[in-house]
Amino acid sequence: MPTQDHPAAANAFVADDAHAHWHDQALWFIRAKRDKCAHGLAEWEELRELAAQIKQHTVAHLGDYLEQFERNATRLGAVVHWARDAAEHNAIILRLLQERRVRRMVKSKSMLTEECGLNPFLEQHGIEVTDTDLGEWIVQLRHEHPSHIVLPAIHIKKEDVGELFHRELGTAKGATDPAYLTEAARHRLREKFLAAEAGLTGVNFGIAETGGFVVCTNEGNSDLGTSLPPIHIASMGIEKLVPRLDDMAVFLRLLARSATGQPITAYSTHYHGPRPGCELHIVLVDNGRTTLLASEEFRNSLRCIRCGACLNTCPVYRRSGGHSYGVSVAGPIGSIVNPSRDPATHRSLPFACTLCGSCADVCPVKIDLPNQLLTWRQRIAELGLLKPSKRRLMHFAGAVLSRPLLYNVAGGVGRAALRWAPRWLVYNRFNPWGRQREMPLPPKETFRQWHSRQSRDDKPSSS
Amino acid sequence: MSSRDHILREVRRSLPADAPLPSLDRQWTRYDDPHAQFFDVLRGVGGAGRIVTGEPQLREEIDRVIAAIGAKQICSVISEAAAGNVDIAAIDDPHALASVDLAILPGELAVAENAAVWVNAARVRQRVAYFLSQHVILVVPYDRIVSNMHEAYAGLQLSADGYSPFGETTWGTFMSGPSKTADIEQALVIGAHGARSLHVFFTKP
Amino acid sequence: MRVGLFIPCYIDQFYPRVGIATLRLLEHFHAGDVEFPAAQICCGQPMANAGCVADARPAAERFVATFRPYDYVVAPSGSCVAMVRHHYQGLVADEAARAQVQAKTFELCEFLTDVLQIEPPRGQFPRRVGLHQSCHGLRELRLGSDSELNVAPFNKVQRLLANLEGVEFARLERPDECCGFGGSFAVDEEGVSCMMGRDRIADHERAGAEVLAAGDMSCLMHLDGLIRRERRPLRVLHVAELLAEALGLTISD
Repeated sequence: MPTQDHPAAANAFVADDAHAHWHDQALWFIRAKRDKCAHGLAEWEELRELAAQIKQHTVAHLGDYLEQFERNATRLGAVVHWARDAAEHNAIILRLLQERRVRRMVKSKSMLTEECGLNPFLEQHGIEVTDTDLGEWIVQLRHEHPSHIVLPAIHIKKEDVGELFHRELGTAKGATDPAYLTEAARHRLREKFLAAEAGLTGVNFGIAETGGFVVCTNEGNSDLGTSLPPIHIASMGIEKLVPRLDDMAVFLRLLARSATGQPITAYSTHYHGPRPGCELHIVLVDNGRTTLLASEEFRNSLRCIRCGACLNTCPVYRRSGGHSYGVSVAGPIGSIVNPSRDPATHRSLPFACTLCGSCADVCPVKIDLPNQLLTWRQRIAELGLLKPSKRRLMHFAGAVLSRPLLYNVAGGVGRAALRWAPRWLVYNRFNPWGRQREMPLPPKETFRQWHSRQSRDDKPSSS
Repeated sequence: MSSRDHILREVRRSLPADAPLPSLDRQWTRYDDPHAQFFDVLRGVGGAGRIVTGEPQLREEIDRVIAAIGAKQICSVISEAAAGNVDIAAIDDPHALASVDLAILPGELAVAENAAVWVNAARVRQRVAYFLSQHVILVVPYDRIVSNMHEAYAGLQLSADGYSPFGETTWGTFMSGPSKTADIEQALVIGAHGARSLHVFFTKP
Repeated sequence: MRVGLFIPCYIDQFYPRVGIATLRLLEHFHAGDVEFPAAQICCGQPMANAGCVADARPAAERFVATFRPYDYVVAPSGSCVAMVRHHYQGLVADEAARAQVQAKTFELCEFLTDVLQIEPPRGQFPRRVGLHQSCHGLRELRLGSDSELNVAPFNKVQRLLANLEGVEFARLERPDECCGFGGSFAVDEEGVSCMMGRDRIADHERAGAEVLAAGDMSCLMHLDGLIRRERRPLRVLHVAELLAEALGLTISD
């Protein structure tokens, strides 16, 4: 995997100023809707605290809850599979499909299958996979990846969807009306639902005490995909559990309000066992989650319920787009979980952040995202993965900023240079600060020079 | 070692210190007029409905919906509300419901805070009717409403003479408004894959 | 009461007026014996935020050693105070000294409102002020409520300025969005950083702000750099400068 260079991708995104502002505004609109929901519910902060505690408790007993979930799910007639990694997850699903001679499968939004690269794997084996979430389907037709965990096509303009649908579905040329385009997708995807021989969904929450699980959508695609074909496969990360059915009240109150500013998704479906005469398979997937669990510093990111609120609020994500992160889960949470898989590849992600702290305050399960991002920066430095230029600069800064003599000399030289050097020497390609910004105007004297002058000129109140 | 045992071993090797599971027994927001709150939110999520008194008024409202959408194929599980012409009880293959224009189906419990209605398979043989039908009407007894999700789960566990819908093979959905998407430039479009419209009628005897 | 004045390195070097204004305000509000210990330099944040813990350590050690003797430490920077208060664990060998210094280090505005408990002063500032809520002061020090949390609204900085005669506050569309400075982020992610800065400036301009004020000079250094490059009429002022000016305190020679 090539090293992801977030700044380069972000600079390219920002270069199209109108599009970058449009993207920022679209996500800010959702953040504003989220705020309205959060401020409209008196017990909002209490719910966040409870959700954090429930998840904290679940993680502390994850082994027991996984076994309890497996036991209860099996009792209800589901078949539970375990996958250590993406390859095993994909192999299990392929085997299930091949044994049943399935050629067409519909899928509803699952970031886990995205993480595992399931679609291309199944397609290689001749199985047609249709992503049925409208946004994900658009992205699939464009041979792209989702740029957002809840809004997969947030980066795409309606003109581009119109062009795509004209080509793929034969909609009128130049048509860009979202209602018209959605209607066209509805017709084509209904054909896919009716023709599917298996349906795959992700899992928003698994309930240990009942052995059931919950899938939330607005479109109803997971419901159609699991109510028509005789086989339902659910891909589920091992961190998705909650202990009690009653806990679902807390999480369903938080999820959609945090994600899109809705009081609840249109469909919050609870699956407990297969439909009569049908099959239900649940694939429990590790794929790096136990590594995260083993890390004291980063394990609380396992609380994440993938609402996307941290992406929507992140001023950097909004202005750089999901693809600039080069991963399936982008944004603040992605900048924590991806480096734990491969710090070298994802070394730029924890730095794609101003540490503004907004993500922590919108997070419905109170993950301390900025602190974890800061900690990742330390790990990356310790692993020797910082750019050598930055490494040297920080080493130099550390020395200057802890030795008074050096500090005074360097400060004097720097300010003199800024005052007297010709403009071309200060503003050039080696000075990214100065490309779009002026440097500060250096004053005649520093504060400490002023202060010691005052003291000399007898200023009794300050020593 | 099986993957199951491997994963469980890895999980147990790294468990953090215990943290208590909090009680959810709190003072949650309740509404003096839960039906008014329900309809207020329902309108916001693109749904419609009202409280009806007596079967004649229910039939009248449903006829109005049928006329408005020009429904031809109607599947009704609420016989006192409408006769319908698609008998869901006789259908073995859910695909046979693909051309249903309107389904009139029971809702078990409504939630005021988010206009969600709990629906399940107790009286509907093919659950796909809730999603595949072009339009859906839910009929809910007037007093089957709670203020918030905490009360909803408490109510579901105790529903129908001690029958627990989660104690055995079952399925259920909180439905809040019709199917919708905003995946094209965040423009809200009602009727993505599922119902194009959702009416909720609370029935008073 | 001995108050140690901490003037962060970049304020010392580039914005001495902010340091002078801070000193004048502390004197004006009778903060006690305000001293500027010359051994101070930097809190260590630039290195720490880059992940370079070892390089941050000497600066942090120096900070704790320098300010340990004082009853209070006051700095005109929410970001540096947040560094000291929330990120010194593991950086300083003497845990007890670290905890002591953390507990008595305050950002200027919170020192005035919470420790000295002054009433919002009367003074004159007949300008429309756009208050930029610097992130670390807002979300780490909680100098005010942010728009994300459902808590009772409060704002220590704005309250401090609210009684000035003639002052008006610009109503921003995004009252607490980051300006895009972010330390080395400003150069590592230059494109996004400048876009964020320009977006903040535009919000203030749309709201009719004449003065863009903040409690952190680092945000203002970045915003002012954009404002001056684009020759915009907006003037940036640190809250300490604004308050000193409104109270008629002398902050030049």
